[in-house]
Amino acid sequence: MSISISPASEEAFVGQQFDDIEQQRDAAKLGMWIFLATEVLFFGGLFLGYTIYRFTYGHIFVEASRKLDVLIGGTNTAVLLISSLLMAFAVRAAKLDQRRALVGLLAGTAVLGCVFMSLKGVEYHKDYVDHLVPRMGFKWEGADPGNAELFYWIYFAMTGLHAIHVTVGIGIMLVLTLLAWLGKFSHGNHNTVEIAGLYWHFVDIVWVFLFPLLYLVGHR
Amino acid sequence: MNGTTPAPETMKSATELVVERPGEFARENYLSIHRGVRAWLLTKDHKRIGLLYLGTILIFFLIASVAAALMRIELLTPQPKLVTSETYNKLFTIHGVLMVWFFLIPSIPTVLGNFVLPMMIGARDVAFPKLNLMSWYIFVAGGALALWSLIRGGVDTGWTFYTPYSTTYANTHVISMAAGVFVAGFSTIVTGINFIVTTHKMRAPGLTWFRLPLFVWSLYATSLIMVLATPVLAITLALISVERFWGVGIFDPKLGGDPVLFQHLFWFYSHPAVYIMILPGMGVISELITCFSRKRIYGYAWVGSASMAIAILGFMVWGHHMFVSSQSVYAGMIFSILSFLVAVPSGIKVFNWTATLHKGSIHFATPMLYALGFIGLFTIGGLTGLFLAALAVDVHVHDTYFVIAHFHYIMVGGMVMAFMGGLHYWWPKISGRLYPEFAGKLAAMITFIGFNLTFFPQFILGYLGQPRRYHIYPPEFQIFHVLSTAGASVLGIGYLMPLIYFIWSWRRGRAAGPNPWRATGLEWQTSSPPPEHNFEQTPIVTGPPYSYSAEKDVDLNLASI
Repeated sequence: MSISISPASEEAFVGQQFDDIEQQRDAAKLGMWIFLATEVLFFGGLFLGYTIYRFTYGHIFVEASRKLDVLIGGTNTAVLLISSLLMAFAVRAAKLDQRRALVGLLAGTAVLGCVFMSLKGVEYHKDYVDHLVPRMGFKWEGADPGNAELFYWIYFAMTGLHAIHVTVGIGIMLVLTLLAWLGKFSHGNHNTVEIAGLYWHFVDIVWVFLFPLLYLVGHR
Repeated sequence: MNGTTPAPETMKSATELVVERPGEFARENYLSIHRGVRAWLLTKDHKRIGLLYLGTILIFFLIASVAAALMRIELLTPQPKLVTSETYNKLFTIHGVLMVWFFLIPSIPTVLGNFVLPMMIGARDVAFPKLNLMSWYIFVAGGALALWSLIRGGVDTGWTFYTPYSTTYANTHVISMAAGVFVAGFSTIVTGINFIVTTHKMRAPGLTWFRLPLFVWSLYATSLIMVLATPVLAITLALISVERFWGVGIFDPKLGGDPVLFQHLFWFYSHPAVYIMILPGMGVISELITCFSRKRIYGYAWVGSASMAIAILGFMVWGHHMFVSSQSVYAGMIFSILSFLVAVPSGIKVFNWTATLHKGSIHFATPMLYALGFIGLFTIGGLTGLFLAALAVDVHVHDTYFVIAHFHYIMVGGMVMAFMGGLHYWWPKISGRLYPEFAGKLAAMITFIGFNLTFFPQFILGYLGQPRRYHIYPPEFQIFHVLSTAGASVLGIGYLMPLIYFIWSWRRGRAAGPNPWRATGLEWQTSSPPPEHNFEQTPIVTGPPYSYSAEKDVDLNLASI
């Protein structure tokens, strides 16, 4: 990729603690990767809980999983994957200094994030109507209602925590859209877009694990 | 004073040398350049942020110490005299929570680490100065939540928040306290990220990894634990808060949940957190021992790698807190062996420090007294840790004062001694002034004596069967409790003295000059106090650290301080 930038324009974005923009970029990227490592362990506690109880109460988890809406879950998986694609293009647009494309792609990512959250909201409401929310009118016809309730508790905890991350991501995307529209990412200052992209892809990947664990274990 | 050649003539001429050429106080420095509250609250300077942290953690240290003092007074008599059982439970909880998360974990990293890490690697600042300031604000917010829970009536679960008591039965402010610790955890993570990136990306030209000062290695290892362990605590505390609020959760036996899972998750964080609390102290000791032995550290690569080994092994030993918690005996055996393994890198460090002393030119300056105290106390704390790592012995002394004494030897005898030593060592750099050396030595001695008097009797108490967290005990234990309380009073004096003379020396101490200890680290190659961006010119490193030599130390003169 060939981008011609005059060195003078780059210096404006370099913090006083850095020698050059290269060092700043590397630092920011490494910082985001380490942050994502902490996020993996943050979700890790819940994944551990899921694994232990899935191992202990396997058949109930399979039963309970069947009641979740695979169609909505599957659609949401597609929505997030496409949003990640837009995000990847946005990073490229930022690097190539294509402002209009960048604004559109960032806004598109944010919109798909909103679509995801709306579908999630519809699904949560459906779960509530179907008496699947622990402590809020939870009803279970089959055996071991406690263990089934545990499954749904984990389902709400994991998807809820993920939804918080999506919401934060939408906020970031909206701010970036505005900044891109104001031309803040021109002339090689694409670092912010790139590390926001890393975060967005991470949120996407978490869902890629959640979807089969929660929705598909009951389907052969 | 001088281990190899006690030559009074040399010492005398050195005195004259220092008196004739008093250290220069840099008028243009990071403290003088911007004045006012606003400049402090919006500062992005790592040195000022270190001082903000120092002030904040001292407040928490004070509150937690008062809680400890009240407990020690209560324990003077076998029957309750001062507080009710409920209040006693709240006292040990607040002591534990504040000391662990609001003093020990931030102590050396955020104060000394923030102040000297960028200078040690020849950088102008940390990689993310704004995040650095943000971490302080997050920390203050977490602390405010913890204090709010305290004011509303406190928490009685102990610092460990064990389920199902914390989720179901406790009638105290568990959620807000857990929220406070949760929030403070984010400040730890932000600091950890900042330190790792700073160490990777901000080193001065020529400063290769194996030329880094050992304090930087230990902070790097600590930061790895901070970023990998703290999020597990965060999710665990979030889970117990939600469970308490919602009424059901994954630790709830009614649903088939397992309360012991909480213990696994909690100790998966909290055991590595022990190493967050001791590794930075070990790094400080490595700096002090070399400087005041005037000798290159023995086995640099081993000491540095030992920090990394401790950080990694620390993640694999959490089960030794759960030998009596229904954990399988085979798991117990593995955790026991792994716990013994941690003693290897710890032992390497202790042996290398002592080997550094061997044939060194030892100066008993205040920081060195703390460092020598650290080595002794850490060794006792570490070796009693091996008793506890042995399955059978642990069953006998589990949850007794033996455990209390063991971890206070590491945390107070180790980390707090190192913190005090480091604070004295870098104080001339921080303030540009010298503290009174005689008072410093006296305080170090008093701390050492008071500490041993407080905690050594607790080993005996625990071995005889006194359980922790009880304030009513059989009369035959009284003598040990009285000794311990007496020791705590002495220890209190040992901590108050530095507070007084540091404040005094901030304005009135003699000017220190750039390098009063004639130390070799980069942080000493700039004026004291340092300028806003640390160095006039980015230093270029051409050799390994600790190029001390016993012959060239004639102008290191402590008598005149």
